[in-house]
Amino acid sequence: MPKIKYIEHNGKEHEIEVPEGWSVMEGAVKNMLPGIDADCGGACACATCHVYVDDPAFAAKIPPKTDMEETMLDFAPEVQPTSRLSCQIKVTKELDGLVVRMPESQH
Amino acid sequence: MNIAVKPDMKSARDAAYALPLAELNPAQGILFQTDTMWPYFERLRKEDPVHYTADSEFGPYWSITKYNDIMAVDTNHQVFSSDFTYGGITIGGGQANFEPLPMFIAMDPPRHDIQRKVVTPVVSPANLQVLGPIIRERAGKILDDLPIGEPFDWVDKVSIELTTMTLATLFDFPFADRRKLTYWSDVVTAVPGHGLIDTFEQKMAVFQEYHAYFTNLWNERVNATETKGDLISMLAHNPATRDMSPREYFGNVVLLTVGGNDTTRNTITGSVLALNQNPDQYQKLRENPSLIPSMVSETIRWQTPLAHMRRTATQDFEFQGKQIKKGDKVVMWYVSGNRDDEVIERPNDYIVDRENPRRHISFGFGIHRCVGNRLAELQLQIIWEEIFKRFPVIEQVAEPKRTYSTFVKGYEHLHVVIPKRV
Repeated sequence: MPKIKYIEHNGKEHEIEVPEGWSVMEGAVKNMLPGIDADCGGACACATCHVYVDDPAFAAKIPPKTDMEETMLDFAPEVQPTSRLSCQIKVTKELDGLVVRMPESQH
Repeated sequence: MNIAVKPDMKSARDAAYALPLAELNPAQGILFQTDTMWPYFERLRKEDPVHYTADSEFGPYWSITKYNDIMAVDTNHQVFSSDFTYGGITIGGGQANFEPLPMFIAMDPPRHDIQRKVVTPVVSPANLQVLGPIIRERAGKILDDLPIGEPFDWVDKVSIELTTMTLATLFDFPFADRRKLTYWSDVVTAVPGHGLIDTFEQKMAVFQEYHAYFTNLWNERVNATETKGDLISMLAHNPATRDMSPREYFGNVVLLTVGGNDTTRNTITGSVLALNQNPDQYQKLRENPSLIPSMVSETIRWQTPLAHMRRTATQDFEFQGKQIKKGDKVVMWYVSGNRDDEVIERPNDYIVDRENPRRHISFGFGIHRCVGNRLAELQLQIIWEEIFKRFPVIEQVAEPKRTYSTFVKGYEHLHVVIPKRV
């Protein structure tokens, strides 16, 4: 099962095995990790599952943002070029070892 | 008419189920004032979740009553427009005597996006860190001044007082005049003939006074050499908004006043009411105040301080088997979506340690999602943390007086007694 490393804003790391087909958001929420809220349940409608994918090699393996993801991120605080909505990142074998950082808070 | 009576749910249910489906019209202020709209929505969710009402005081309109359907409409801003030129975001917009003002919540992209971003920094994580201690100090003072052992109106003494202070700070509004904000906000959403104002003309006269006051503030801020971080300065100095028309400035002021005022106010009142109606939950919270953030989200769901948001179809569109026509008015009933048992377990129950308390639709979804959601939660969390330091119990002593509105779901009064301090 692919392993995803989630890093909380305070630096605390969680390495989690996430089944293929789940989203990176589900991997966090279903394992009760703090720092990802996902208020809309994964519909790309709220931007409360905001993460940073800093490694360009992994970023290249994730499909580009849809217009809706771009729009929702546009209104989120502390957005960086590496920002993504984790509900829109589907876990695949290729993403084994992915590291995502969380922002200070989800809005 | 005495309206502060306990709702008669049995008669309401009989009435809602006796009507021919086609005549079901939930958009009646009286149903909300008497808290008897629930069976209408219950029936619609079951029998006709995307429902057309041909005739109402607001003209024909569609009701969207289920959680996932509301989310689908809310996130499809290409088909379902918020634009003020079509009537904006409330069911009454575009009727005679109600020409909506331009304001960013009642705009589509790209204009919406540009204006929304101008004011967003006021509720940034960094600014909330600054606001938190200020709100806490004020909350403490408000609570310390409350009478013990005698009835008082929680709405006036606590809910209004705290939220109006916060709003005054966001605008850097003259503090001694802050209750004007409350009054103006209430006039904006008031239905003439139901309490606060009697006629449309009277409403317009108040609008003039409101507009004039904020025009003075704009002039003062726009000419200031030092730019401050308040909402008016943000609008007056940002290149994206500094040249907007006086009407558009006023529209945005109205949006920020109402959005930052009666929503949080009514949820604070709702929290006292919900805990009184559910003493087991009150006890659970008292024993474990770390549940406050969860209770806050649950209260925002349970209360749903804005009952609906409205859109206008920009094209013919088939939705859940129904033919919505270009120009049709589409009402997303958040108050109903939050009671949809396909998404929310035991939705009619108030559960302070609910498994998924943030899963509610009160803030809306998509590009118009509430910009002040975290500030609202912060105020509710702080007031309850401070309440538990002081009062073991706040007792509701009478039925609340509810607002006559299909939009603002709130309370004019809630009388309570605090028997003793901790």
